[in-house]
Amino acid sequence: MPKLTIDGIELEVAPGTSVLQACEQLGIEVPRFCYHEKLSVPANCRMCLVEMEKAPKPIASCAMPCGEGMVIKTDTDTVHKARKGVMEFLLINHPLDCPICDQGGECDLQDQAVGYGFDRGRYGEEKRAVKDKNLGPLIKTIMTRCIHCTRCIRFSDEIAGVSVMGATGRGEHMEIGTYVEAAVSSELSGNLVDVCPVGALTSKPYAFTARPWELRKTESVDVLDAVGSNIRIDTRGGEVLRILPRLNEAVNEEWISDKTRYAHDGLKRQRLDRPYIRENGKLRAASWEEALALTASKLKGAAPEKIAAIAGDLADAESLLALKDLLGGMGVASLESRQDGSAIDAASRAGYIFNSTIAGIEQADQILLIGTNPRWEGALVNARIRKRYLQGGLTVTVLGPRVDLTFPIEHLGNDATLLNAIADGSHPYAETLKAAKKPLLILGSGALARPDGAAVWAAARAVAEACGLVREDWNGFNVLHRAASRVGALDLGFLPAEGGRDLAGILDGARKGEVEVVYLLGADEIDAQNFGRAFVIYQGHHGDRGAHRADVILPGAAYTEKNATYVNTEGRAQHTRQATFPVGEAREDWKIIRALSGALGKPLPYDTLQQLRKRLADANPVFAQIDRVTPAAWGAFGTASAVAAAPFTLPVENFYMTDAISRASATMAECTEAFVSPAVAERTGTHG
Amino acid sequence: MSASETPAGPATFEFTADNLALAQRIIAKYPEGRQASAVMPLLDLAQRQHDNWLPRAAMDYVAGMLGMAPIRVYEVASFYTMYNLKPVGKHFVQVCTTTPCWLRGSDEVLAACKRKLGIGPGETTADGQFTVVEVECAGACVNAPVISLNDIYYEDLDGPSTEALLDTLIRGETPKPGPQNGRINSAPIGGPTTLIEMAQRNGVKPASQE
Repeated sequence: MPKLTIDGIELEVAPGTSVLQACEQLGIEVPRFCYHEKLSVPANCRMCLVEMEKAPKPIASCAMPCGEGMVIKTDTDTVHKARKGVMEFLLINHPLDCPICDQGGECDLQDQAVGYGFDRGRYGEEKRAVKDKNLGPLIKTIMTRCIHCTRCIRFSDEIAGVSVMGATGRGEHMEIGTYVEAAVSSELSGNLVDVCPVGALTSKPYAFTARPWELRKTESVDVLDAVGSNIRIDTRGGEVLRILPRLNEAVNEEWISDKTRYAHDGLKRQRLDRPYIRENGKLRAASWEEALALTASKLKGAAPEKIAAIAGDLADAESLLALKDLLGGMGVASLESRQDGSAIDAASRAGYIFNSTIAGIEQADQILLIGTNPRWEGALVNARIRKRYLQGGLTVTVLGPRVDLTFPIEHLGNDATLLNAIADGSHPYAETLKAAKKPLLILGSGALARPDGAAVWAAARAVAEACGLVREDWNGFNVLHRAASRVGALDLGFLPAEGGRDLAGILDGARKGEVEVVYLLGADEIDAQNFGRAFVIYQGHHGDRGAHRADVILPGAAYTEKNATYVNTEGRAQHTRQATFPVGEAREDWKIIRALSGALGKPLPYDTLQQLRKRLADANPVFAQIDRVTPAAWGAFGTASAVAAAPFTLPVENFYMTDAISRASATMAECTEAFVSPAVAERTGTHG
Repeated sequence: MSASETPAGPATFEFTADNLALAQRIIAKYPEGRQASAVMPLLDLAQRQHDNWLPRAAMDYVAGMLGMAPIRVYEVASFYTMYNLKPVGKHFVQVCTTTPCWLRGSDEVLAACKRKLGIGPGETTADGQFTVVEVECAGACVNAPVISLNDIYYEDLDGPSTEALLDTLIRGETPKPGPQNGRINSAPIGGPTTLIEMAQRNGVKPASQE
């Protein structure tokens, strides 16, 4: 524990702490461009110079480890002069185009130039200009603005795991780029815009849209995958203009996936802005009274066993509970939240959550991935595994299709019966798992949606038990969900009750006419013809598959438009906050169900969000533990039976379009065109 | 720098059997896990095999051989000026113009190239026989000014001797390497000036000029 003195204040820091970090602990601000907490330290911008006693010249504080008895000064004439010199050099080739630069107002260089820049340039020679690079549909480049901090190179190399960025040429001719024309093919590429301290890399869809001081910032949570990334929604006048990551070390650190960041333009298209009723095969606009009355009459007119409800992937816990309370109160037993047909149920909470937590991945030394591509099913879970891999001492083993996960893997094969072999110890990998200090398995949600999903689930449990994945202080059994609503729905038991039908039963019943009314709470992943002649009520925010089949549409709110609770794959309940109002006549989802209960003459016992949240916490205590993960007790789950020998298939075919919002997004369509279609064409040989 | 500024080159590249064996020997010099250190000698080998320039296919090939991301190889190849990313003439005339050579008349040498070949620094003759470039210190200041022709040094040049050198090349002959003004290596012109008595005392004949 070295002791040092900074600006006359003595402090003790952990070994390996850099002078810059020590300064931060004291709240002393040190300007920097190339240093980034999550990236390696190159010390090439020289902006963080400080004075160290007994050193002949100022030192780069980001790269200098604290030593015993060091005396650091951060506020002397020498320091200021040195930093001003560095700044002058940085500004030599930097254009003075702040008024037309998208980074303006949130630019590190701009901010620090206020403190360390001169009011005029002394440089009379010609400035250099650099050709812009094409980095794909998400990142706009104005490379003349680049100050060569190399953060983007280090980010793509270290965090994203796709080494495509580099510095080519030398000296005056050095350029940051990909050398070959290539889009940055990573699901985390949007973070390059955040790490760039100047306006060299900016967001292409957001170009020339707004200035940061015009935006209203709302802290919320992403729902486009089950990771529950913490986000900040920037809005202006009822329009979501951009989405940025918010620091949460336990979940997403400070990164978000491209879908999280860029799919928000889907919130402006294909929206359901008023109720609709189908008449003579065509949807016509209707009033709320009409729509609710029709819905109520249909629900009243059918026997409870002929009514079913299916909740979609974006449904929030409040509306799930309200719908369960309403329909359950009417005696409806056919409630279903697993629209992918997954075999998972609420038997034991430890069986359906990511028990080791996302941050817990960093302790693992052996990871077994079962039938999942975490890169596409939970991009930040994959980023965390990569982070762990870079620390050394981690082996990732894949049972399922082989995909590029940005780190090396051992491939066991793609035969589901291997699970049984590992569980009974006949497969040599069982020994590897047993020998590991902190072994961990990640079971993909796609593996549970197989016809033998319950058996796969039980087999994975058997592996966990047999190989010591579940201990007193460690639970390495993890399910990686894709749907933001899934864990919340399971926690609330939005599942077939005694005598109720499951998904297959509901669809079968609808085809045969045994189910007459189907209530879709934002369920968009089911093909329309499956509902037969049933009366379909669709409550949701996008005119997607569900709405196309609907007989009555109740327009709801998207995740940016409501205060709602979502539980991520770890079982962490988090609140989204309302950033804009729902479009047109659309309403928050739980309020629609509350209004419907009034129309049915069976009003639900809550009128405010607070009352509903209290009811949520009563239904399951995890909803009282916001932002926290409660460890779940290990229990029995799954059905122990023979696992079919069929290979695992990956559930996500296109990372960029997985739900109603991203399917409506033009930016995601461009990404599909740029990243997914070429790969598919190559695989199927249909290119050109 | 980006790939769009250089010719596409061939679609594929592979080492010849001899060069492959040589490449394996080079890689074996580095400890396990540090194979990427062999990138520079391997790029040099590839350049020698491919008419003295590196097409993208060759860089990709080296990257694949060493398990590096291609961009890491592009970075190295574009950083060092001795890797040619564009085709060069059969005779790659590298004229040193750093201070000692310049003081000793490298401008004359460049002018002679221009007179004889009609090309300035950075240009290639239409027939693809000659490329002239300016290089920084070739490390032969004692024999300045100097031309490095492919791997061979021609030293102590001036205008006429440069022209004579180029004439020899144009005729298809190989000029005599080394000083072009009659010096032996870097010995003084006109014979030794020091240690003469000692040589005489020991009965050694001082090296004489031709």
